[in-house]
Amino acid sequence: MKTLVWVEHDNASVKDATLAAVTAASQLGEVHLLVAGSGCASVGAAAAQIAGVAKVHVADDAAYANALAENVAPLVVSLMADHDAFVAPATSNGKNIAPRVAALLDVAQLSDILSVEGPKTFTRPTYAGNAIATVESTDAKLVITVRGTAFAKADASGGSAAVESVSGAGDAGLSRFVGAEIAKSDRPELTSAKVIVSGGRALKDSDTFKATIFPLADKLGAAVGASRAAVDAGYVPNDYQVGQTGKIVAPEVYVAVGISGAIQHLAGMKDSKTIIAINKDEDAPIFQVADIGLVADLFNAVPELTGKL
Amino acid sequence: MKILVPVKRVIDYNVKPRVKADGTGVDLANVKMSMNPFDEIAVEEAIRLKEKGVATEIVAVSVGPQKAQETLRTALAMGADRAILVQTDDEVEPLAVAKILKTIAAEENPGLVILGKQAIDDDSNQTGQMLAALLGRPQGTFASAVTVEGDSVTVTREVDGGLETVSLAMPAIVTTDLRLNEPRYASLPNIMKAKSKPLATKTPADYGVDTTPRLKTLKVAEPAARSAGIKVADVDALVGKLKELGVA
Ligand SMILES: Cc1cc2nc3c(=O)[nH]c(=O)nc-3n(C[C@H](O)[C@H](O)[C@H](O)COP(=O)(O)OP(=O)(O)OC[C@H]3O[C@@H](n4cnc5c(N)ncnc54)[C@H](O)[C@@H]3O)c2cc1C
Ligand SMILES: Nc1ncnc2c1ncn2[C@@H]1O[C@H](COP(=O)(O)O)[C@@H](O)[C@H]1O
Repeated sequence: MKTLVWVEHDNASVKDATLAAVTAASQLGEVHLLVAGSGCASVGAAAAQIAGVAKVHVADDAAYANALAENVAPLVVSLMADHDAFVAPATSNGKNIAPRVAALLDVAQLSDILSVEGPKTFTRPTYAGNAIATVESTDAKLVITVRGTAFAKADASGGSAAVESVSGAGDAGLSRFVGAEIAKSDRPELTSAKVIVSGGRALKDSDTFKATIFPLADKLGAAVGASRAAVDAGYVPNDYQVGQTGKIVAPEVYVAVGISGAIQHLAGMKDSKTIIAINKDEDAPIFQVADIGLVADLFNAVPELTGKL
Repeated sequence: MKILVPVKRVIDYNVKPRVKADGTGVDLANVKMSMNPFDEIAVEEAIRLKEKGVATEIVAVSVGPQKAQETLRTALAMGADRAILVQTDDEVEPLAVAKILKTIAAEENPGLVILGKQAIDDDSNQTGQMLAALLGRPQGTFASAVTVEGDSVTVTREVDGGLETVSLAMPAIVTTDLRLNEPRYASLPNIMKAKSKPLATKTPADYGVDTTPRLKTLKVAEPAARSAGIKVADVDALVGKLKELGVA
């Protein structure tokens, strides 16, 4: 089986989520990559270094600069004549593009797979991760998105794939990229961090969140996450949200501060290796999944903890 | 301009799903069911566009069992004008739902179709994108702001690194994220009024769509259980644990 993996990148470097998708794809067969972008030759070169990749297709066109699904999906479809499976990381771009490809190919998509069980059989989470389904596709071709935390990352170096340039129809004339507000931070990225400190509604407001959670995260070299309640209340931007509808994380250590542990939040973090919870309510559901719990008022406990580290 | 809003009847988001002992699925017998939360947001957005004078009519559609009527009545009580139930007791996959919606869109000619970004039961996050593909129209997924200007719509999207804005030629497909709006509750008088709003009942066959699943579910299992751990007495004990873990 030949698989085509869509490479997540910013026209400068390959994003980590791609590497987990490569691992999943390699369990299906020969791995080809698609780098669709604008001025993305360096990404193509970096992609060719990824271990286990046989070929890299590079489509360099202004129309692909911002991964607009309307432009990228037809390009993928044209390459699928020659491939049996399309694989994308379950990132916001991957989730935007893959179903458009699936519908154009008239196949059902397997979203957010956790494992490859056979050539057409996969496990995937449903009901906020409360039910793991084993599903088998009956379609001739597969379209798959891959949960990044469920697969090891392929080695970013050691490969020497052939690079081939391809072209597609370019701009479909349906959509236009206007702009982006991408948060910049010196902290580790949420989805690849080893340690995460997350804050919930209990953090009161944006200033209190920053004054309480950030120093602890800095002491632990951690990324900062949040519950939906904290994001909705404007304490932190949307890209901090962990959960069913936010980011899926699985760090070595996840520290939940003032988070109750709603199933939608647990869906995003319960595969963390060690979960630590600080909550003043000893009956908070978060303690049912926490390895280490501290029942305390966070406004005393967190500053004390930060001070003692 | 007409707006089409597909709404799905799903397990209520407050209920903890239980996997059936025989591993065939999730037990939905006697479980509270509600409108998919993202679809409530979609209905709300459509109503706000109507209140602003941008939209003239809101049509809610649901593909599902007879009971999905209740979900459509909720949409009507919130402010949708009429509803279509595409009745079937089978589980219909996103691709088939998208095909049904495509045919309905061809009949109704909506300027916007607003869907939820994902159904909280199958967690597929596919239907809107598939519908956009089948119609050959643009898609603004995971929307946190929607502004219609003439024959285009500007959509702010929640993406991994923050926010992104795209401009789409209409007709267009939009899928909602959580922060797009806060859905209203239907008032009692509006719930009463909704009972007399038109609700048409169809079947997938009426739209010429075969709903045979493409994915076979072989098994449904509970995730590996996490057991509750220990509680530490104070911050000093927690510092000790963090040191044992090698992170402090
Ligand atoms: C469709 C849908 C999708 C959703 N997706 C997500 C998602 O992706 N991610 C997500 O997080 N949520 C999601 N939610 C929301 C989820 O249901 C909860 O509402 C949310 O997670 C609650 O956030 P919280 O734990 O911060 O707030 P709360 O539930 O209000 O909990 C606050 C906690 O702080 C504790 N506390 C208060 N004061 C103190 C103090 N001084 N010291 C210590 N502890 C204190 C309280 O005991 C309580 O346990 C979703 C909901 C829906 C309907
Ligand atoms: N059976 C259905 N009936 C009506 N709308 C649906 C149905 N299934 C999915 N949708 C719509 O598509 C969105 C995404 O669903 P999904 O792709 O299943 O995650 C939902 O939020 C609904 O707006």
